[in-house]
Amino acid sequence: MNRYPLWKNALIVLVLLWGLLYTLPNFYGEVPAVQVSSAKATLKLDPASTTDRLNSALREAGLAHTGIFSDATSVRARFADTEQQLRAKDVIEQVFNPDPADPSYVVALNLLSASPNWLTSIKALPMYLGLDLRGGVHFLLEVDMPGALVKRLDSTTGDLRTLMRDKSVRHAGITREGNTVVIRFRDAEQREAGRRAIQDATNDLQLADRDDAADDLKLVATLTAQAQQTMRDFAIKQNITTLHNRINELGVAEPVIQQQGAERIVVQLPGVQDVAKAKDILGRTATLEVRMVDDTPGAVEQALAGNVPFGTELYTERGGAPLLVSRQVVLTGDRLTDAQPGFDGQTNEPAVHLTLDAAGARIFRDVTRESVGKRMAILLFEKGKGEVVTAPVIRSEIGGGRVQISGRMTTAEANDVALLLRAGSLAAPMEIIEERTVGPSLGAENITKGSNSVIWGFLAIAVFMIAYYTLFGLVSVIALTFNLVLLIALLSLLQATLTLPGIAAMALTLGMAIDANVLINERIREELRNGASPQAAISAGYDRSFDTILDANITTLIAGIALLVFGSGPVRGFAVVHCLGILTSMFSAILVSRMIINFIYGRQRKITKLHLGQSAN
Amino acid sequence: MEFFRQRTDIPFMRHALKFNLFSSLAFVLAVFFIVLRGLNLSVEFTGGTLIEVGYAEPPRIEDIRQALARDGYPDAQVQNFGSAREILIRMPNREDLDTSRISERVMATLQATEGPQPELRRVEFVGPQVGKELATDGAMALLLVIIGIVIYLAMRFEWRFAVSAIIANLHDVIIIVGFFAFFQWEFSLPVLAAVLAVLGYSVNESVVVFDRVRETFKKKRAMDTPAVLDHAITAMISRTVITHGSTLMMVVSMLIFGGETLYYFALALTIGICFGIYSSIFVASPLVMWLGVSREQFIKPKKEKEEAVV
Repeated sequence: MNRYPLWKNALIVLVLLWGLLYTLPNFYGEVPAVQVSSAKATLKLDPASTTDRLNSALREAGLAHTGIFSDATSVRARFADTEQQLRAKDVIEQVFNPDPADPSYVVALNLLSASPNWLTSIKALPMYLGLDLRGGVHFLLEVDMPGALVKRLDSTTGDLRTLMRDKSVRHAGITREGNTVVIRFRDAEQREAGRRAIQDATNDLQLADRDDAADDLKLVATLTAQAQQTMRDFAIKQNITTLHNRINELGVAEPVIQQQGAERIVVQLPGVQDVAKAKDILGRTATLEVRMVDDTPGAVEQALAGNVPFGTELYTERGGAPLLVSRQVVLTGDRLTDAQPGFDGQTNEPAVHLTLDAAGARIFRDVTRESVGKRMAILLFEKGKGEVVTAPVIRSEIGGGRVQISGRMTTAEANDVALLLRAGSLAAPMEIIEERTVGPSLGAENITKGSNSVIWGFLAIAVFMIAYYTLFGLVSVIALTFNLVLLIALLSLLQATLTLPGIAAMALTLGMAIDANVLINERIREELRNGASPQAAISAGYDRSFDTILDANITTLIAGIALLVFGSGPVRGFAVVHCLGILTSMFSAILVSRMIINFIYGRQRKITKLHLGQSAN
Repeated sequence: MEFFRQRTDIPFMRHALKFNLFSSLAFVLAVFFIVLRGLNLSVEFTGGTLIEVGYAEPPRIEDIRQALARDGYPDAQVQNFGSAREILIRMPNREDLDTSRISERVMATLQATEGPQPELRRVEFVGPQVGKELATDGAMALLLVIIGIVIYLAMRFEWRFAVSAIIANLHDVIIIVGFFAFFQWEFSLPVLAAVLAVLGYSVNESVVVFDRVRETFKKKRAMDTPAVLDHAITAMISRTVITHGSTLMMVVSMLIFGGETLYYFALALTIGICFGIYSSIFVASPLVMWLGVSREQFIKPKKEKEEAVV
């Protein structure tokens, strides 16, 4: 009478086998590995050919690997020990990046699961450990959207000026005022012409009239809501791309770069030790601008006295001399395709060699041709502060898009500037608003402490349950073991990040999961006390507890889901495991334990006693 | 083995008033301490920088404090963390500090300080923007849990049960927070998670008792309401003690083996579980009684409800 149909038993056993299989990779530990991935957005990594190249490189160097794995974006080779790994990294670096100044591939040290290949091939991977367990750096960056808007409006100002000139509309000045661009006109007719010209050219601007005096008519342009949204999206995407490029320069094996919310980016660099360097690369928001220098005699003196001439800004050159620079930007870092550190051919000073794209090269040629004899300033903006790197006199037209900047730089500075420029410019400045660094020793310690808590707590419960409920207690403990196995299997399958709070949730969930079995066992005892036959008591015990178990678990699940929705960081890590654990506990506590009890008692026609640890009545 | 062989029902409801007076007192005290002393909020909520440093042998905390003060961090708090060989440095956010450089500068200062060499174990920097959001998110999560549970229990049982369970268990939450305020233990994000988990956990406990109450109402027609409640609680007392005993074993194991990071998390759970049992039995059940639960509410609407759920 207490029997499950065959299909039900088969299903439960299948689920359990699946659980065991997917839990397996977690027991193999990790081995050192070297990972090769593409360092450039333009270079698509071909797994097959890369694997071949890697193989032959290692063979030539006489290094033995214990397996090469590839996926769409990277190829990884495992090694027996760290010494081999480090030697292999040097070899691979030489083969894949013959020119260290311009690496095409990221060659990074990594750890790979030591589980056999057949497990990996069925996507049975070990749990994905969070930074607090494996060590590394976590950053939360916030994009400065007002800053991006100002930047956009500045470039709009330039565009409008060009537009007015092209359409021969006479205006009396275009300036950015706060979040608007104001165009002045002397008469209504010209203003009308200006409005038409703008409306024909773009949909992004909303135009409004403002008349301050009869001969001071203004057209106030603001970005439409839609254009602002597009700009925001673009800014965050562009910044993510840039971060990707920069992090590639760092050579991290499995970086995580994700958008969080509308204005934030999460960066996680597992295993990174040199936090200072990482922060340096991430936190610097260098952009390059080329502008003309205003060398009007007396203008600098006037500006220093506090009267900066219209349309210019005051900067200090490296070395301290003040310099008046036009607000109008000739060229920005967006037009840059490459930047390499090097030396000036004549003076042997450290220099950065820039390569411009076609449009950039054309602009640069035109400007230099028109302005021979004038000075041009190259500004580097970091964290919103501009600095004139150099302001050379233009001797002749410069074509071909190859430009060199030099001037009072050290070799290290030239290297840094080149790296920052090469990594691309950020669309908008960013700020680190959260940082979490965990040293590798603390990570390992956290794993030990977390698993010790689970193991000891589990053992205590097991001993107590078996002592108190004897055979039924043993069945409950087996069910609880399967609960743990299924939970680990699910976490491995989903590759959800396991953190220390996650391990805590695992412990808590196990502690709570036993409730279902206690409820069932107590109910069976009670039914027996009330005079039910053993078979009927088992059946009634399971059936009548079900509602209670369901209600109890759903209320706990509600709390878990709320944590999942509103939690961030450690809370989310806790909530994921907690919710999954509630689901697996329902399965194992009810179905698995019932199946085992059925196997033990279900076939017996007449049972004299249930081994439930109850005192004789 | 069998701990409880209760033949007669324990008259819990006769002492309901006393228990509730005790609860009210504990509640008022908790609120009093929360208001008076406030919470010792962790860096996640307040914003600031936290640096954990390990040494091979115990360093002199006073030297470190002075070195940091000399280096421009007079407001740095330095204390031992876990053992004498580990120290924790806390620094509030200040307008004039370049926050992203703090950890490097502090490490440089520590390395320059006489004594054993430091090893950086952990850095947490939280900007002022983030802390506020965490507080609102925490409040939102709490609200969602309350609403969710009330709706579920009202659907599955009766609004009186839902209201009693939520009041009883919110009282647990306030008392846990009261403990943290009284002892000035650090209230961090994991502690918040623990508090919310406790809310779900103790409601779970109330549900188990209520389930039995509902069943008893249907079965034992001769009993009046207090007798039904007494009977249900007595029937469940064994399960209550064993279940919570098991959960406590797990949590205490975390308290012992989990290290400093899990300590307050486990502590919040421990207090929460103890009060969860207490409040389910001694607070939630009397509340149900005083809210006027009776057999009639179950007999008629019950039928269709059970069908609706099944």
